[in-house]
Amino acid sequence: MLQPLLFMVIVAVASLTAFRSFRRIYRNIHLGKPEAIVGDVTTRLKNVLLVAFGQKKMFKQWLPAVLHLFIYVAFVITQIELGGIFIDGITGNHRVLASYLGGIYTVIIGFIEVLSVLALVATITFLARRNLLKIPRFIKPELDGWPRLDANLILFGEIILIVGIFCMNGADVVLQKIQPDHYPDTGFLAISGWLGPFLFGGLSEGTLVAIERFGWWLHLLTVLAFVNYLPYSKHLHIMLAFPNVYLSRLKPRGEMDNMPVIMNEVKSMMGLVEESENTTDGAEMPEFGAKDVFDLSWKTILEAYTCTECGRCTEACPANITGKKLSPRKIMMDIRDRAEEIGQRIEVNHTPFINPEKGGDTLTAENYADGKSLFDYISREEIHACTTCNACVEACPVMINPVVPILELRRYEILTEAAGPHEWVPMFTSVENSGAVWQMPVARDAWTQEV
Amino acid sequence: MQIPVLAELVAEGKSPEILFWVGCAGSFDNRAQKVTRAFCKILHEAGISYAILGNEEHCTGEAARRAGNEFVFQMAALQNIQVLEGYDIKKIVTACPHCFNTLKNDYPALGGHYEVLHHTQLIQQLFLQGRLRLKEGGSFKGKRITYHDSCYLGRVNGVYEIPRAILAELDAELVEMKRSKSNGLCCGAGGAQMFKEDEPGDKRINIERTEEVLSTNAHMIAANCPFCITMLQDGIKFKEKQDDVIVKDLAELVAERL
Repeated sequence: MLQPLLFMVIVAVASLTAFRSFRRIYRNIHLGKPEAIVGDVTTRLKNVLLVAFGQKKMFKQWLPAVLHLFIYVAFVITQIELGGIFIDGITGNHRVLASYLGGIYTVIIGFIEVLSVLALVATITFLARRNLLKIPRFIKPELDGWPRLDANLILFGEIILIVGIFCMNGADVVLQKIQPDHYPDTGFLAISGWLGPFLFGGLSEGTLVAIERFGWWLHLLTVLAFVNYLPYSKHLHIMLAFPNVYLSRLKPRGEMDNMPVIMNEVKSMMGLVEESENTTDGAEMPEFGAKDVFDLSWKTILEAYTCTECGRCTEACPANITGKKLSPRKIMMDIRDRAEEIGQRIEVNHTPFINPEKGGDTLTAENYADGKSLFDYISREEIHACTTCNACVEACPVMINPVVPILELRRYEILTEAAGPHEWVPMFTSVENSGAVWQMPVARDAWTQEV
Repeated sequence: MQIPVLAELVAEGKSPEILFWVGCAGSFDNRAQKVTRAFCKILHEAGISYAILGNEEHCTGEAARRAGNEFVFQMAALQNIQVLEGYDIKKIVTACPHCFNTLKNDYPALGGHYEVLHHTQLIQQLFLQGRLRLKEGGSFKGKRITYHDSCYLGRVNGVYEIPRAILAELDAELVEMKRSKSNGLCCGAGGAQMFKEDEPGDKRINIERTEEVLSTNAHMIAANCPFCITMLQDGIKFKEKQDDVIVKDLAELVAERL
């Protein structure tokens, strides 16, 4: 009974390490500011069904949508086979589900096999789209290095997984004829039923057993490796897409988050409220907008971790299309990378980064100061290029909103730093002093005289 | 045509059905003023009881807010909300999608709640109610017209079909651009870009959009936003196509046929 023991030890270790990584991501997401999730649960669930499960927004581009759907459905349905592997792994049985489920087992595994072939086709096409056809959204500079390797690694992992399935099932089919006692009849499997005998027919029993075990372990270990790899990969979207879609803003796209502190300050200036109601009176005005992940909503950081770097946002961005530096995808990647950087420092308690003014013995989100900010990742040029056209928001298949953090960065620049494009200053002055975006020599109603 | 000003109407004891929010562009920009007048003509022809705020109107603060200047936005918005509250305004129409969006979506959190219509929405309602009669034999027959979705009416507020329905009323032959409706390409003016130079890049956004317009071989671009009109006209001029392609607001196209 060495195998079940080995199985359980490996699964336990893999689960523990994965748990630690996922806990790290949970913490990193909560480096952001609290934001209450308000709004209709029915609409949220509808979004999850249509956009997350139904992949509605993917179908704006039907070819990648269909190919992605193959991999997605194959992934979801393969969990049944994985369940079988777990049951067998723990109990030391072989394909115990086949004996219990009978004909249904044949149908399910056959279906998984067909989907695995479709997923293989999709995976190879995706590799080609990224590396041979060089689809524009896959060759943007923000993907240089790890992001590009990451995308390819996952696709190779996918191929390994499928190889594992067909080694396991193919050899099994042949073994069923040789050792029917140990290898229960699975019925005729849609692919392995013929592919197994074609590839492995005539091999010695020992070799067949080795191939079957190789496939079984390959599949299992790839899955466990995958679970541990997810927290370091853009592929995390397979988990976070669901909560992210559920939690996505239900407010109108055109509504910018209000800033009550400034509103109240202005109201008090205008004499609209009693002085005593003014919360900031006498106190130092806080910093406005966002200069780092601490100032963004946790929801935005969740979005950053959900991003799978597909680049549909960047492909639709008018600024990017016309050669500007702004890429909404890069904005989300930068937010994630910055959250990762901070999270790792906090995890190892890198005490030199404790802000002496804030004090404390351990590094936390509250006393963190490494002398850097999001502006070390995102240049001013990028945030200044946004037209707030919402094409990126429309394009994102998992309901990420890059406009929200861009505008929060702009708010920091203008309100806290009193910086920003100098050409905006006359517009601000004009709105403030003469009530129009342009300084005009005539009255606002002058046009009525010419009607 | 006398343009009714709210303060004067109120002094006479009248209260108009709807406030026409003219906006900065509609008030001051020469090109946009033409749209303002065209829309007033439509309101007159349809017998709508309306008024403008005139000199009591103040910029909505939209561009300042999107540039990041919340102080300037709040000052502008709270001032406007006070004026609107003073007149007990419930319904507003505007020919600018930026004013439209900010009045509709940004003002509620500051205490300003109104029913806000974009002028194309009101025009469409007037057609449906039979309050607008078009003259026969318009000049649109056989002309190819393309329609440019403004971001703030289209993608941001989801109004795609109403402006197209107006074009259908006009018997125009609509040729869609490749990027239209929810995939429409921005003109380049939004997010306060109107008030600054472009960031470094290969080309200006309005040129990219103009090239797409030209590829449809349309004689005319129908638009719904004063900033889009400026951007597209600049693009057409840059391409030296001003004799071949004209840019018109939907209100102008309707007013020409009244």
